[in-house]
Amino acid sequence: MSGFAAFWRRYRRNRAAVAAAFVLILILAVAVAGPLLYPVDPFDMVGRPFQPPLQRFLLGTDVAGRDILAGLLHGARVSLFIGVLASVVATAIGVGIGALAGYYGGWIDNLLMRITEFFLTIPSFVLAVVLVAIFSPTVFSITFSIAIVSWPSVARLTRGEFIAHRDREYVLGARALGMPDREIILLQILPNALPPIIVVSSLMVATAILTESGLSFLGLSDPNVVSWGYMIGVARTVLRTAWWMAAIPGVMILITVLAINLVGEGLNDALNPRLRRR
Amino acid sequence: MNTARFIARRLLQVLPVVLAIAAMNFLLLQLAPGDAADILAGQMGHASPELVEQMRRDFGLDRPVYQQFFIYLGKLLSVNLGTSNIQQRPVIDLIMERLPATVLLMTTATVVAVALGVLLGVAAARRSGRWLDSVISVLALVVYATPAFWLGLMLIVLFSVYFDLLPSGGMMTIGSGKTGLTLALDIARHLVLPATTLGLFYVAIYARLMRASMLEVYNLDFITTARAKGLTEGRIAWTHAFRNALLPVVTLAGVQFGHLLGGSILVETVFAWPGLGRLVFDALLQRDLNLLLGILFVSSVVVILANLIVDLTYGFLDPRIVHK
Repeated sequence: MSGFAAFWRRYRRNRAAVAAAFVLILILAVAVAGPLLYPVDPFDMVGRPFQPPLQRFLLGTDVAGRDILAGLLHGARVSLFIGVLASVVATAIGVGIGALAGYYGGWIDNLLMRITEFFLTIPSFVLAVVLVAIFSPTVFSITFSIAIVSWPSVARLTRGEFIAHRDREYVLGARALGMPDREIILLQILPNALPPIIVVSSLMVATAILTESGLSFLGLSDPNVVSWGYMIGVARTVLRTAWWMAAIPGVMILITVLAINLVGEGLNDALNPRLRRR
Repeated sequence: MNTARFIARRLLQVLPVVLAIAAMNFLLLQLAPGDAADILAGQMGHASPELVEQMRRDFGLDRPVYQQFFIYLGKLLSVNLGTSNIQQRPVIDLIMERLPATVLLMTTATVVAVALGVLLGVAAARRSGRWLDSVISVLALVVYATPAFWLGLMLIVLFSVYFDLLPSGGMMTIGSGKTGLTLALDIARHLVLPATTLGLFYVAIYARLMRASMLEVYNLDFITTARAKGLTEGRIAWTHAFRNALLPVVTLAGVQFGHLLGGSILVETVFAWPGLGRLVFDALLQRDLNLLLGILFVSSVVVILANLIVDLTYGFLDPRIVHK
């Protein structure tokens, strides 16, 4: 596919983004295959609590004698799943609202943008905390809450793109041919507006992972799954005696989020060559 | 348009937003499973269905939703956010007790972050210094990816546990009986770690923005004029370019306020800082929804007020905005 080859040629120029892509693929592989290759239940008590790393267990055990490595592998699944899904949902909402506002303008634009600004004003993390608390924490309520507080930036961006495109010749042509608005929005303008949206929503995965880790650190995590933030929250009480217990999952969050951000920058360089940072 | 009218107009714009927040809070309260009568009945042990109905009537929960909303709004107007179901005290009192500590932490973090970020940004722009640029870029990349609460924990391990230099939590030494200046110093010592944790993220953001903004201003004609007049580079940077380049940083500091508040909740939990964040944590532990919604309402209003203050500062930095 020549389109992909061209994309790869531009992406490759950003060395850090290439390295980050490999790291991200590795983390993805760990998330998918890790729990299969290392089949230890992260909730099982496998040994004496507080065992330091590199002894009987590679990364040691936590306060309840659970295997930290198993938690890390399962946590990768949860973090990435919630991060990606929240970002996809937020992008869908944001694109929908932004496209309508930008394409139609007038009072629709006015109303939708007031709503967007409203969501930008209220402290998003506090809103996410309240939402998860009301619906009680499950993987889906957490995903939904993060999406609800994340869509406004996509809506703003999409609106801007649609305003820039709506009076171009190809759109006027489509309208003159009698194409319905729905098709013009979805089939004509959206594909052209997509590159910057892809960049923003890929960066949103990183923010969503950070938000999820913060929520589960506060105890707002699905009780049926282990997440990295939950592991840090548990380890917090024994920080003085077993600092590594909190350190290890945090390093995983840092590496994952850093890799996603670098890949996002690489995508930006490759997809929006004209918008490259000076 | 003069300054007083500018302020009045901005205040008027705030009203519908506050109303919308109230509406959202009310909606969330409706979405929550069980109403206040159910919760109280649960606490009493066994309450007869008649008693629960009686309580519903007393609380006005049997009325149509739109009537309940107006009752809710009326209560808000008299600064009544309801009663904490668990602590049996007015929500607004609980919040007001904690708000000063949060404001102190957020203000310190912001002031330090803006000051440090601006200094770094100006220095990087003036030298276009390669190494300082790289330091700022790497710092930005790393802090963008670091969960603030985890950074806080690691700083505790380093500075409280390992080096034993700074207190690991709380706002003051308990039972020390300190007053006046020694108390202020004690609080300052307790502030160092939480404020650093909260502020570090923003140092990187502001440094990057300030650098870009300074470089942009350097390309403007009036800087060339200043150079032609023979002014020193230091004077050009600090008296001519600085004030103009500061505008985007001030704007961003305002926009980031809500984000800062979210970070503050996590950082306060880490450092047992007796502010709103701790209150959120306690409310979550006790499933105290009324208190949570009260915190959401007050923190939203605080963010709106902060944005208002930033707008006014903006007018002061660039008079053209007020007189537009």
